[in-house]
Amino acid sequence: MIEFHLDGRSGVAPYLQLIHQVRQALRLGLLREGDQLPKVKDVAAGLAINPNTVLKAYRELEYEGLAAARPGIGTFVTGTLGGGSLAAHGPLRRDLQRWLAKARRAGLDEESIEALFVSTFRSVGEEDIA
Amino acid sequence: MTAVIEAGVLGKRYRRQWALSDCTLSVPAGHVVGLVGPNGAGKTTLLGLATGMLAPTTGTIEVLGGRPAAGPVQLARVGYLAQDAPVYAGLSVAAHLRLGAHLNPGWDAKLAQARVERLDLDLRQNTGTLSGGQRAQLALTLAIAKRPELLILDEPVASLDPLARREFLQDLMEATAEHGLSVVLSSHLVGDLERVCDYLIVLVGSRVRLAGPVEELLARHHLLSGPRRDPGSLPDGMQVISASHTDVQSTLLVRTSGPVLDPAWTVSEVTLEDLVLAYMSQAAGRGRRNHLEVQR
Repeated sequence: MIEFHLDGRSGVAPYLQLIHQVRQALRLGLLREGDQLPKVKDVAAGLAINPNTVLKAYRELEYEGLAAARPGIGTFVTGTLGGGSLAAHGPLRRDLQRWLAKARRAGLDEESIEALFVSTFRSVGEEDIA
Repeated sequence: MTAVIEAGVLGKRYRRQWALSDCTLSVPAGHVVGLVGPNGAGKTTLLGLATGMLAPTTGTIEVLGGRPAAGPVQLARVGYLAQDAPVYAGLSVAAHLRLGAHLNPGWDAKLAQARVERLDLDLRQNTGTLSGGQRAQLALTLAIAKRPELLILDEPVASLDPLARREFLQDLMEATAEHGLSVVLSSHLVGDLERVCDYLIVLVGSRVRLAGPVEELLARHHLLSGPRRDPGSLPDGMQVISASHTDVQSTLLVRTSGPVLDPAWTVSEVTLEDLVLAYMSQAAGRGRRNHLEVQR
């Protein structure tokens, strides 16, 4: 079971934050098909938010085919994101950890690492499109 | 579905002073309604009319399709938590629960018991010695265990510290989800309501200035900033709620039905707080004063 959190300063609507967190958990393999999402009542109580906000997020996930409600029981994950690539996460993560260690040894701080990553990510993306 | 509150040109006058005037509202069921406005705006008066503790001077009000406090059935359908969560200071927690059981035909004793246990309240304790947060939670327990369809709360968290405030709202949202309650709660601080409300009523100077589902209200209002210009030159259908100007720039909060197409404006979304403050300052005449400064 995952646990939701809300960033009050992000300016992103709470229901979108909930959807994003479910999608993120699916991509990282924290949630799998058949897993139950937190009950609406528990999310409303935990975060002190309107239950309609949670319902709206869950309806949107249903619409995307990622979840389905079973009346009286709860909402369950019915889809996956990232396809069969989850198995590759482990080795990729280890590569990334090695690369991060190297970047730190070279004297890059967190912000520089993030900037370098994002700009490289973008330029590679553009090459792919071109 | 029946409206939880349906008011038609509702008004209440105390001697010569109108505490609420020209109030026409139709609030659908299934919402958590935030009633926001400065102190003295008429929030408590509107809630008093909805509970039937006050009688209207003009107009009509129906709650859940019935006349407020018309009889035992109507009384059982509406729960009310008055400002500062009053409890009987001479009575114990257990006596409050017995009182609740005797006075309310639909009393849910199991729910009341479970909540008191979870809150760690001592049944023998005199309620006069409870903390503010515990008192509010006991009052909420009585209001929920009555199992109403509509729960009305007047400034429920105003006097609570931040932790007690959060705990109170958590329990209120849990009960809302569990029992499918409709809720109306008032506050003079919009920050308290931002996450819990999905319907907003802004009341200033005894009048309703804005009412509607939060999502719709946010979608219809935009914050525009761009080169200075006269708000009068805006397209039809765009209504300026608040405006401020420097010698080169104008910042406007506008209400519009369609998208903002003029490329001269940088358009950003508004928050609930922006919205409430804009309508409050408009009602207070500050929007106009700003405008006059520009003309000078």
